[in-house]
Amino acid sequence: MNRFTRGLAVAVGVALAATLVAALLELPAAAVYLPGAVAQHLAQSGVEHPVTAVLLNFRGWDTLLEVAVLLLALLTLLTLRGSEAPVAEVEAEPLLQGLARKALPLIILMAGYLFWAGAYRPGGAFQAGAVLAAGAVLLHLAGLLPAWAVPGRLLRLGLILGFLVFLAVAAGLLGQGALLQYPPALAGNLILLIEAGLTLSLGLVLAGLFLFVTGRQA
Amino acid sequence: MSTGLLYALSGVGLFMLGAVGVIVLAHLMRKVLAFNVMGSGAFLVLVGLAQRTGQPDPVPQAMVLTGIVVAVAATALALGLARALHARTGGVTLTQGEDGD
Amino acid sequence: MTEAWLEPAAWLIILPLAWASVAFLAGPGRGARLAILALVAQLGLALELAADLTQRGARMHAVGGWGAPLGIDLMADGLSAVMLLLTQAVALPIAVYAQAYFAETHHRHAATWFWPLAGFLLAAMNALFLSADLFNLYVTLELLGLAAVGLVAVGGGTAQITAALRYLLVSLLASGGYLLGVALLYGAYGTVSMTTLAPLAVGQTPLAVWIAAGLMLVGLLAKTALLPFHFWLPPAHGGAPAPVSALLSALVVKASFYLVLRLALGPFAMMTGTAAGLIGVLGASAILWGAWQALRAQRLKQLVAWSTVAQLGYLFLIFPLLAADGLALQAGALQVVAHGLAKAALFAAAGVLMRATGRDTVEGLAGVAGRVPLTLFAFGLAGVSIMGLPPSAGFLAKWLLIDAALKQGQWGWIVVIIVGSLLAAGYIFRVLRQAFLLAPEDSHFQPVPRRLEWVAFVLAAASVLLGLRGAELVALLGVGS
Repeated sequence: MNRFTRGLAVAVGVALAATLVAALLELPAAAVYLPGAVAQHLAQSGVEHPVTAVLLNFRGWDTLLEVAVLLLALLTLLTLRGSEAPVAEVEAEPLLQGLARKALPLIILMAGYLFWAGAYRPGGAFQAGAVLAAGAVLLHLAGLLPAWAVPGRLLRLGLILGFLVFLAVAAGLLGQGALLQYPPALAGNLILLIEAGLTLSLGLVLAGLFLFVTGRQA
Repeated sequence: MSTGLLYALSGVGLFMLGAVGVIVLAHLMRKVLAFNVMGSGAFLVLVGLAQRTGQPDPVPQAMVLTGIVVAVAATALALGLARALHARTGGVTLTQGEDGD
Repeated sequence: MTEAWLEPAAWLIILPLAWASVAFLAGPGRGARLAILALVAQLGLALELAADLTQRGARMHAVGGWGAPLGIDLMADGLSAVMLLLTQAVALPIAVYAQAYFAETHHRHAATWFWPLAGFLLAAMNALFLSADLFNLYVTLELLGLAAVGLVAVGGGTAQITAALRYLLVSLLASGGYLLGVALLYGAYGTVSMTTLAPLAVGQTPLAVWIAAGLMLVGLLAKTALLPFHFWLPPAHGGAPAPVSALLSALVVKASFYLVLRLALGPFAMMTGTAAGLIGVLGASAILWGAWQALRAQRLKQLVAWSTVAQLGYLFLIFPLLAADGLALQAGALQVVAHGLAKAALFAAAGVLMRATGRDTVEGLAGVAGRVPLTLFAFGLAGVSIMGLPPSAGFLAKWLLIDAALKQGQWGWIVVIIVGSLLAAGYIFRVLRQAFLLAPEDSHFQPVPRRLEWVAFVLAAASVLLGLRGAELVALLGVGS
């Protein structure tokens, strides 16, 4: 990239940012007010926290597809495997190992709390899964968990289970009139089921994004 | 000026900074970092602009959570591809002109 | 369809997601037979949806039962039905092709996770064609983009990984622009539902909404590889395994075009109207530049990929010609379908030719005509549609486009269309001529599975014969518009 195109990109970026700032300063108020609709229907959503209600109920369709996006990233990384030579494992540090062993129960407890808290305060399957995955990465860095090779049947099941449960619930509710149309009485339990599956699977998928790639000469 | 609007305006700045970075920077790692700055800018605009009246709005907050997960997936994929490229060629940039027939 | 649980629109998304997951569960390299069976069902669902729409008009499916603007609506009208039909009609033969193509030991590595990736790719497209929610469309765009990047990288070679990475960066930059646009729209109107938003955008259009439209449209044009954003396409489409190239070139780039069209017909009618001339000029330049590069290409799949850049250009000529008579819109939809079938056929044929000659050069084709005559015939037939000769669907599309330009007295576009067709004839005949030359002494040909040849032929024949059924397609397109 030469200096001219570089300068052009910077100039366009600055001009666009300035115009946009000016546009936002004079933007009138929005015509539709969704927080009102969310509050009005929160009681039927099956959860008490409005963000979780939007994420798993009102706009649950987005969330279903977004889990597929994560799975796709994992699939592509798996495709790239195989042609690179593995490297020797890093030497384990006793201090790090001790810390990881102590931290692991707390990490699992924390993930369980986040999963449960999602129903009524900030938290949920994604946060819980991320904490679980961080635990797996910590174990790997401490030399207590080897990098993952081609996934076996059990690991594949764990990776995909949360998505399959979500998909089955979405399709199973078609009989109610539409995809993901929870009956209000069952909504809470179904969302809990989906979140439980997602916590496990997202933990594995996020860990996989690291553990399937690491341990090879880059 | 409300806090929400201030967030949105900073978001505009971050977005443009990141977008220009993705285009201009050569090192792949920097491109990936710039992409994340750009994404964060868009998320700030989404949440901040919707809450510029001072009322919290759960809808864009949920959208941003979705967006963050998508950005994580894209980042992991980009880093994986960059690693694979480095393993094969030793390079850390996309050089122009291969396959250029 | 009266029973809710049989809703074809919903199953068109659920089914590919399900078979992609099961294929992943089954393990590396598995899932081909399941995919083919499921694609037969998907084609049936798309046909049923189209028949249902013609009888009863467009319809909505409120996911979660909430309805916009709180929930996400799926919407099926004539335009979505045409795109869905094309997608399933191309994907099924390509799946049959891919099963035989990847059976060769040489391609085993590429086939490891091909089936789940392809399943997610198809689910993303079906979900995109059915969504009426701008943020949900962002998620489907990312799903589609990541699946496409994964498929480009599937071969695992250095060139393929470079192409995939470049494609990914363009794609992420483009969807970043789209997302910022959606954020601005939500800020301006408080909703991302297209149906709620469209009347609001017509009533009151602050500057931020103009910028949002610009960001979203430029992002989508980059994903559609419209000149000057075309640079990522030839290496990505020309370097991937043949079945992947066919899916990407025939279908994936059409998805972002569909979204441009959807926005131009809906909330952004005013903005695209303002930029229509510029978009048309870019389209015209793409037609000429792409065809010129195809004429010069040394490698066969690069030639076919540059032809995609040129043929996509025709799609953007419709924007300056969009009018109440609907001619330009019909021309655009026909061109999408004609090019989809013909380009899938060309890449399928190119895969056979490469397999037969053992290399990917135009020069190496000498003598191949005697070995795989059916494939060469398929290449020629698909070429008929690409050039726009009667009675092919490509002809019908270009004819309608010329008709629209004549009616509005915009003569310039007609010249571009005709010159583009002549250049297309140039690169198609360049391949055919080379194939009919005598084979050099030292050349030897590999046998090719017959199934690969037949798939190329069926797709090519469909792209020509569809020209005879254009009226039905136009009638379907009219549903709900």
